[in-house]
This record gives sequence, structure tokens and C-alpha cells, in this order.
Amino acid sequence: MGTTSSLLTQYDIEEVQEHCNHLFSQQEIVSLYQRFCQLDRNAKGFISADEFLSVPEFAMNPLSQRLLKMVDGLNFKDFVAFLSAFSAKASAQQKIELIFKVYDTDRNGKVSFKDMLEVLKDLSGSFMSDDQREVSPTICMLPSIA
Amino acid sequence: MNNTGKLKLSSSELDLDRPNIEDYLPSGSSVQQERLGKLRLYMCDLLDISPSLFEAAGAIVDDSFTRCFKSNPPEPWNWNVYLLPLWCCGVVIRYLILFPFRVLVLTLGWIIFLSSFIPVNFLLKGNDDMRRKIERCLVEMICSFFVASWTGVVNYHGPRPCMRPRQVFVANHTSMIDFIILEQMTAFAVIMQKHPGWVGLLQSTILESVGCIWFNRSEAKDREIVARKLRNHVQGANNNPLLIFPEGTCVNNHYTVMFKKGAFELGCTVCPVAIKYNKIFVDAFWNSRKQSFTTHLLQLMTSWAVVCDVWYLEPQNLKPGETPIEFAERVRDIISIRAGLKKVPWDGYLKYSRPSPKHREGKQKSFAESVLRRFEEN
Repeated sequence: MGTTSSLLTQYDIEEVQEHCNHLFSQQEIVSLYQRFCQLDRNAKGFISADEFLSVPEFAMNPLSQRLLKMVDGLNFKDFVAFLSAFSAKASAQQKIELIFKVYDTDRNGKVSFKDMLEVLKDLSGSFMSDDQREVSPTICMLPSIA
Repeated sequence: MNNTGKLKLSSSELDLDRPNIEDYLPSGSSVQQERLGKLRLYMCDLLDISPSLFEAAGAIVDDSFTRCFKSNPPEPWNWNVYLLPLWCCGVVIRYLILFPFRVLVLTLGWIIFLSSFIPVNFLLKGNDDMRRKIERCLVEMICSFFVASWTGVVNYHGPRPCMRPRQVFVANHTSMIDFIILEQMTAFAVIMQKHPGWVGLLQSTILESVGCIWFNRSEAKDREIVARKLRNHVQGANNNPLLIFPEGTCVNNHYTVMFKKGAFELGCTVCPVAIKYNKIFVDAFWNSRKQSFTTHLLQLMTSWAVVCDVWYLEPQNLKPGETPIEFAERVRDIISIRAGLKKVPWDGYLKYSRPSPKHREGKQKSFAESVLRRFEEN
């Protein structure tokens, strides 16, 4: 199969750990590397969109296309940095930044009502009409202080 | 075919020899469930996409489908001063002594086989019955030679299959050698994917004599044709018992993927067969993406032995009120428990194609319904 952790030196692991702000432990980085090599079939150094979509659980996710744009073609360091937002040790700020990036498809730094509707469309598919989607934010309850 | 509700991995399904990354990714869906208990619709229900994102990230980090086809390389054990020479001796014995001897045995077997098969095929053209009997014995013999060429140690448990009409044998699939191991004991007719190269040649000449059915994964119409051929074969009294691998693809002998229901809607008895290889000697999983069959055979012939257990299990019938899919799952359960394999809810053909949109639609539907249901409350 692919490479084992013996191809990842201690220097490499520390560099990657630095890059993801120490949100993953060294053992986790080693496991992620094994997974990275498993997904990257011809050892190109990055995982192509097609290889991501070969994981059926990922391909079935309604938000897969959005995530694919963010994660396609990343090298291992950036791959770990991307996944670090999902770590339990990541700050709420980082998680919200990721959610923002997923919403903001045109990368203009702003999330408009249209962007919100687009995500809602991805999540609900053909099971909600456009009218229902437009109406849903307006009828939301405000969270109670209690 | 797939139960989308069961996609969450449980820690019992994960390998214990690797750290569990899932432990470090908190499950986002628990938050969603909390809110689902409330009947009102809040803004955060619409905006918070973290459950879906967590599922997607979880799938990137580890997923139960890719694990089914992973061939785990054995841990290196020859890392010190006295183990390394031992291993080198082992390599020398395997490649320079055992391997040539095995090639000799196999060649001998082929010579005997071909020198008997070809004359019998031509000379006894008229006398079908006799010809079939002899050809069956010859096929069993060449399979025994194959098994001998890997120093195969096969433990058969349970009553041997007999030739009765209206019965089908189903087994879990690890490699094409499954067929050879089973064929050694009983001459089965089998349904196989047509392969290119010398394997294809063997398929069209020798396997024809035991009565084989071909299919082509890539052809969509193929399924009905194949279903018809299966039905015809099973009805015939003179045909060899039919062996089907309902997984449809080779899996790494630690898991079973979902069984295709074709074998279970033929209206006949299904006899499950479980096969489990002992990995200490050799990993018999044929990773068709990484190796050709020839390379796979060479790998087997240069290892110490192929050790496996074969269990012939109790024949099962469709219970009243049971659908073929439920029947298939029940038989998969029986085989998995017997061979110590874990079940995964995936279709093996996802190896070759993308999941159909209806799986994604299932998720979209449940999301849309949970939002719309609360419209009235607000």
C-alpha cells in the first residue's frame, strides 16, 4: 500500500503541528498522514476531487461540493490545517470562520441572503420549494433569554 | 439499498490497532438532536450547518467503506540482529526452493489436466453425461493442484454440498482463489465477471464445461439477462450446483459489504458458505486495484502457506413475509458471525461508481421535513 509513518520525519511532524497551531497531537498527525496516503492513490502529494468523491460517505453529504472547493488539491500541511477547525481544541472563532467560508462561495468576504438561500438549497434539495426557503428565516423564533 | 440512518461510525467497528481519530472530532449531530426535541424553528437551526460539516470531515478522516478494501501490510518483525538473518533465510527458502517446486507441481497438474481434458472434450462429444462427469473430476483435480501449489491448508467444516436442484450456494468473497478453494471439494458452476487475459481464456474454455454464467458490471441491461440465466440454471436438474458471491467484489476478509439480492430472489434454497483466511501466513485479499491476478498468484506461491477455514452452513429458505433484501441481510449475518467478519452497510459496487443521488436526497428530505414540520408551530 502506501507509505508508513517512517517517511514522515520528526521535523515534518513538528512543522505540520506548527502549521495547524498545535490543534492535533503528533500521533494524530501520523494517523492523518496514513489516511492522506490512502486517499492519494498515486502519491501525487495532494488528493484530487475525484479521490475525495470515492469515499461514498463524503459524496453523499449535501455540502460535499462546497467542501470540495475548499479541500481539493491541498498538500498534507494544508489538509491538516483545514481539518484542525474540526478538532475539539479549536476555538469557536475558528469554527465560525470555517462555516463562514462554506457559506461565502463567491469569496467576497460577505454572506448575503442569497448565499444563505444557496446553502439552504443544498441542504434541502428538491424537498423544499424556493418560496418556502425564502420564508423560513423570516418566521424563525428569536431565542429566549432564559 | 443503503440505510442512511446508520452512517455514524460506532467505535466497535473501528480497528483497535490504530488510534481512533473519531474520538478527537466531537460529534456535531448531538446538538441537532437536542434541538429537534423542541418544536419551534430557531434561526440557528437554519444557519448552523455544523452537523453536516462534521459528518463530511469525519468521512474524510476515516470511513467504513474504504476500510473494507484496505490491505493491511503485516507489521515488520525482522528488525534486529538475529531476526533479520532468519527472515533472509526464509526468503531464500521461499523464493529459491519452494517456489520452483510449486511451479513444477502446477505445471505437472496442467499437463495431466490438458492431456485428459482436451481428448475427453472431443472424443466424448456424443456421450454428454459421461463427458460431464469426467470434466467435473478433472476440474476438481486441477483446482487441487492449484491449492497444492500454494501449500493450501483448507479446513472444511460441515456437510459437503450435494447435487440437488433448486439450491444456490453463496459465499463471502476475498479473492478469486475463493472459487478455486471451493471448487476443489465440489465442482460448482459459478457466476463471474469476465476477465481479460489468460484468466479470460480459462474462463471461456474450462469453466464453460462446469457451466458458468458471465456478467458485465458496466452494462446496465445485463442484470435482467443474468437474472434469467440464473433462474434457468437453478431449475435444471443436471446442472452443477451454482455458486454466487453476492458481495459482487473482493473485500479484505475483515468486513462484509451488502449482498446483492439477485441470488435471493430465485425462489430456491440458499446454502451459505463462510470463508476465513488466516493472515499470519499470507494475506489472501486480492486488491484488484493494486495487483493483477498473476501478481496475486505469484505472491501466494512465494509465501509459506494459504491457510483458511471453510464452513458449509445450514441451508436457509425465504421466510414467509420476508423480502429478498431482508433474506440477503439475514444470510449475510449468518456468514459474518461464523467467519468473524464485521458488517458494513455499503454496496460493494461503490468501488467502481459514485453513490446514486437518492442517498443524498434521503438526507435532504429529512432536513427539509424537520424544518417544514416546525413551520406550523411558529
